[in-house]
Amino acid sequence: MKKFLGAVAAAAAIAISLSACGGGGSTPTTAGEAKGEINYWLWDSNQLPAYKECAANFTKANPDIKVKITQRGWGDYWTTLTNGFVAGNAPDVFANHLSKYPEHAAKKQLLDLNEAVEKDGIKLDIYNEGLADLWIGQDGKRNGLPKDWDTVGLFYNTAMTDAAGITAEQMASLDWNPQDGGSYEKTIAHLSVDKMGVRGDEPGFDKNNVAVYGLGLENSGTGQGQTQWSFLTGTTGWTHTDKNPWGTKFNYDDSKFQETIKWWAGLANKGYMPKLETTVGASVADNFGAGKAAINTNGSWMIGQYSSYKGIKAGIAPTPVGPEGKRASMFNGLADSVWAGTKNPAASVKWVEYLASADCQDVVASKGVVFPAIKSSSEKAAAAFEAKGIDVSAFTTHVTDGTTILFPITDNSAKVDGLMGPAMDAVMSGKKDAGTLSEANEKVNALFKK
Amino acid sequence: MMTTLTKHPPAAAHKAPQRPGRGRRMAKLRDVRIALLFILPAMIGLVAFCLVPTIRGVYLSFTEYSILGEPEWIGVDNYTAIFQDELFWNAMAVTLQYVGINIGLQTVIALGLALLMHRVAKSTFVRGALLLPFFVANVVVALLWFWMLDYQLGIVNEIISWLGLPRIAFFGSEQWAIPTIAFVNVWKHMGYTALLIFAGLQAIPHHVYEVASLDGASHTRTFWSITMPLLRPVLALVMVVSVIGSFQVFDTVSITTGGGPINATRVIQMYIYQKAFGESDFGYASALSVILFVILALVAFIQMKFLKGNESDLD
Repeated sequence: MKKFLGAVAAAAAIAISLSACGGGGSTPTTAGEAKGEINYWLWDSNQLPAYKECAANFTKANPDIKVKITQRGWGDYWTTLTNGFVAGNAPDVFANHLSKYPEHAAKKQLLDLNEAVEKDGIKLDIYNEGLADLWIGQDGKRNGLPKDWDTVGLFYNTAMTDAAGITAEQMASLDWNPQDGGSYEKTIAHLSVDKMGVRGDEPGFDKNNVAVYGLGLENSGTGQGQTQWSFLTGTTGWTHTDKNPWGTKFNYDDSKFQETIKWWAGLANKGYMPKLETTVGASVADNFGAGKAAINTNGSWMIGQYSSYKGIKAGIAPTPVGPEGKRASMFNGLADSVWAGTKNPAASVKWVEYLASADCQDVVASKGVVFPAIKSSSEKAAAAFEAKGIDVSAFTTHVTDGTTILFPITDNSAKVDGLMGPAMDAVMSGKKDAGTLSEANEKVNALFKK
Repeated sequence: MMTTLTKHPPAAAHKAPQRPGRGRRMAKLRDVRIALLFILPAMIGLVAFCLVPTIRGVYLSFTEYSILGEPEWIGVDNYTAIFQDELFWNAMAVTLQYVGINIGLQTVIALGLALLMHRVAKSTFVRGALLLPFFVANVVVALLWFWMLDYQLGIVNEIISWLGLPRIAFFGSEQWAIPTIAFVNVWKHMGYTALLIFAGLQAIPHHVYEVASLDGASHTRTFWSITMPLLRPVLALVMVVSVIGSFQVFDTVSITTGGGPINATRVIQMYIYQKAFGESDFGYASALSVILFVILALVAFIQMKFLKGNESDLD
């Protein structure tokens, strides 16, 4: 009998220790005392070395605070973060995205940084224009401090443009309209080559046996089209929503938008761009690297990747000038947010302020991977790219010329994408007419009437 | 597996000689206690990881719940919405298509492999090699095929193109996506399924075959009249387990198509995942899960009943 009781006690002890492993952890530091260890998450592996250096410098200046950095790929990042909010083990500070923070803010997961900005005298005019305000919620709370920004440009295979007799100057002065596609479409057609070596603008071009597509295709771009079509729709005067940020009505039923998408989808029919069904698999950039496409439209965060393909020299041109006589590019600004549930708000705020300071952003700039939010650091980044032999003026021109359009910040963004993804896919694959996007638009707008 | 066909359950061998009244009851009580002690660890797991989440899932299916914040009771609203949800019916149709192709191919191929293992391939090496794909992680298998079947850069399409045939968008075209995903999973699981059936084949006593050959039965006749009927309990179990697994396909879809093109591969588990973790609609996703649970329970019940999986013709 004694043995039996002992066994039960042992089993109970195991059970208790098992159930205990979920809770516990570090002892919380009292608020106001800036010390201890804090967790910081980001998704871009290219930027990890820069931020590791920032963290080391930060700890040198604040020996009581240690920063533990975790990098996760984009796909896992957001679900892990949400699970962390619920489980109570989300990172104290994390890199945040404009399409994601409205939901975090609505669920009260973000620490309001207004107080810190006031108390510590953070100057908001050091950042590129508009970047700081993107992170102010509908309730006036400040949900993050600017980290970096990106715009969109054309990456092109210089060996292919040279062979086609297209100069860098021509690439930099393309124009576009939704009717005949302008010189942008002519260039794309000329750069498309079929198996027999016939170019897309020559008679006898076999659109079903294309060796090199003039333009690469990433995907249909769902409801935002950041790198896919927003740089075209933006030149027509079209905007995603009635107002930005915090629009409550989307404009996918507008003829300007639908004409643009129709023109774009038409490229695939002409054999100038791969069909949508062929894009499930290797990334658009890797297909470029394999010499399957001459031009790719992509974001400035991809400069490193496009420059690294062996045997391929990528030139960068600004996006084409549209019907209203100007270029356009989506302007996306990332920020670092503090989790409202952090056990160590004082240290977290200190770290987020450091991330948003020139001390850290200059370090990031020196690596030449992204454009930091601070104006002076941005310039340093451009110089760092230049030192690597990469001309990034195609991306910075949008900022200096004021041709940026803001990333649409709305509630329900995940649901909008859930509806617009399949709707855009259907149009791009030629299954449905661009006019059907009006039906999708009704469903999207119904989300905001609840 | 083997025990389903054993004529004499091992427990019978341990039956102790009859003891008089009181002592017997005491012994039985002690047996129960010890049994409980052994069951306890499994019980903790079952309650903590299956029972409690299931009950909570059923509760959540009647609520609107965005995971942050409290669930809000809305009655059967989720269920009425689901029955009007085109994407749900699409998901069911896609899932059924997948299950049909997956189970059909897998069972036939596995049965063939099992017969080969039983009759021809007697080396342990060959038998082991058949199991290899099963040992590779699902995600790795999915990624491997995703790359090999890529439209522009995949080796399979390079070969197809070299043969002068048009390239195929295996994962990108609406017609090919589900058959391709089904094929990948057949490739992974056929060895394991074959092993289960092989075990069933070994349990068929040799003398029935001898009698059949004495009676001059052909190989085909022997297969349909001896092997298949005697293999039925094992096949039934294999079918139940693999159909349930097949209905729950998720990882291969998530790694490759993510539900696209358009809605062509949005299987029910993928839809549940997107609703819950993509759109934070955990109440709706729970209701979808409950429906899937009911469907699976029904399917398993019908299969067991129909295929009489719990009795053997050897008795």
